[in-house]
Amino acid sequence: MKLGQGAPAARILAFGGYQPANVVTNDDLAARLDTNDEWIQSRVGIKERRVAGPEESEIDLAVQAGGKALAASGLSSDDIDLVIVATCTIEAPIPNAAGRVAHRLGITAPGAFDINAACAGFCYALAAASDAVRSGSATNVLVVGSEKLSQWVDSEDRSTVVIFADGAGAAVVGPSDRPGIGPVAWGSAGDKAEAIQIKDRRSFLYQEGQTVFRWATTALHPVAKLACERAGVDPSDLAAFVPHQANLRIVESIARKLGADNAVVARDIVLAGNTSAASIPLALSRMIERGEVQSGGLALLLGFGAGLTYASQVIEIP
Amino acid sequence: MALTEQEILAGLGKIINEITGISADEVTPEKSFVDDLDIDSLSMVEIAVAAQDEFGVEIPDDQLKNLKTVKDVISFIQA
Repeated sequence: MKLGQGAPAARILAFGGYQPANVVTNDDLAARLDTNDEWIQSRVGIKERRVAGPEESEIDLAVQAGGKALAASGLSSDDIDLVIVATCTIEAPIPNAAGRVAHRLGITAPGAFDINAACAGFCYALAAASDAVRSGSATNVLVVGSEKLSQWVDSEDRSTVVIFADGAGAAVVGPSDRPGIGPVAWGSAGDKAEAIQIKDRRSFLYQEGQTVFRWATTALHPVAKLACERAGVDPSDLAAFVPHQANLRIVESIARKLGADNAVVARDIVLAGNTSAASIPLALSRMIERGEVQSGGLALLLGFGAGLTYASQVIEIP
Repeated sequence: MALTEQEILAGLGKIINEITGISADEVTPEKSFVDDLDIDSLSMVEIAVAAQDEFGVEIPDDQLKNLKTVKDVISFIQA
């Protein structure tokens, strides 16, 4: 038996993001629920979110974001030999999302699998993609985070409907001579599994807000620091900090404790809500599009969510 | 050595100021977090976490909801 030969390192070639067209403002929600704009903004920091209609599935969202990332990467569909979709809100679990997304994008016969690490899913998928390129299991990988949370949220539950939203983000990962994706720091806390859950197929998404908030504001900045340490990067050298867009107060609390004083902190939740596995690539694609971050700068990603799961790595911005 | 009420109050005032922007002078024992200081449940979690770092006393979520006033928190930390 012999082993394959991979690339010396992997890097991200491009990002792509997609949100459905339908904007739901806080006032839209206040018109039918006992809530208001001031309360929502002060608790979670969200001004508006996007919700897909019945005609648009999590597969459709993934195809849109994946297509944009592929186009921006300069590669063609023939160059991709692995597709990974991070999602926890797929309507039906069989077949997986990755095979369908690949087919719709004209990617022929790639390895195709889904990852469910909830809101940490994109960082898990990125780590898997980087390892695949370095081991020789794949040459170029399309990584997509896509979520249609609206189909798992009770539209009458004001504690969740104001937060969770739909969207997708994607990245193309390819070979490189120097490291463009740092070592992952990942883990889980299965003892707190019940803090965020969909109990059974007839239930909606439930979250113990205070438990999750306490965990997120105390347990995660050490993970982010560990990812920096493993990459040999000081937090003060980061150009951007892009944590999962769970809640603006969590984002700001972790950013404060991280000490990334020179970094632009992603605040995409304001316009996107919490889109779980999609939030990090969606935020980054928008930050790149708006020129808020420059190519070649270092960004720290930090995914965290149901499981409870978490994963963090430093990347070079394409 | 146990901390005095004044020492804990001063520490809490500083923590509450950092998290909510409320002036430390406003933080007096009889004040209710929700009714007088307009502090919400998520800020209370942040305050509890910061208080744990400062005073070395853990305030779990199920206890936190019973602590209505500044004095309640001081008593909990002293106990």
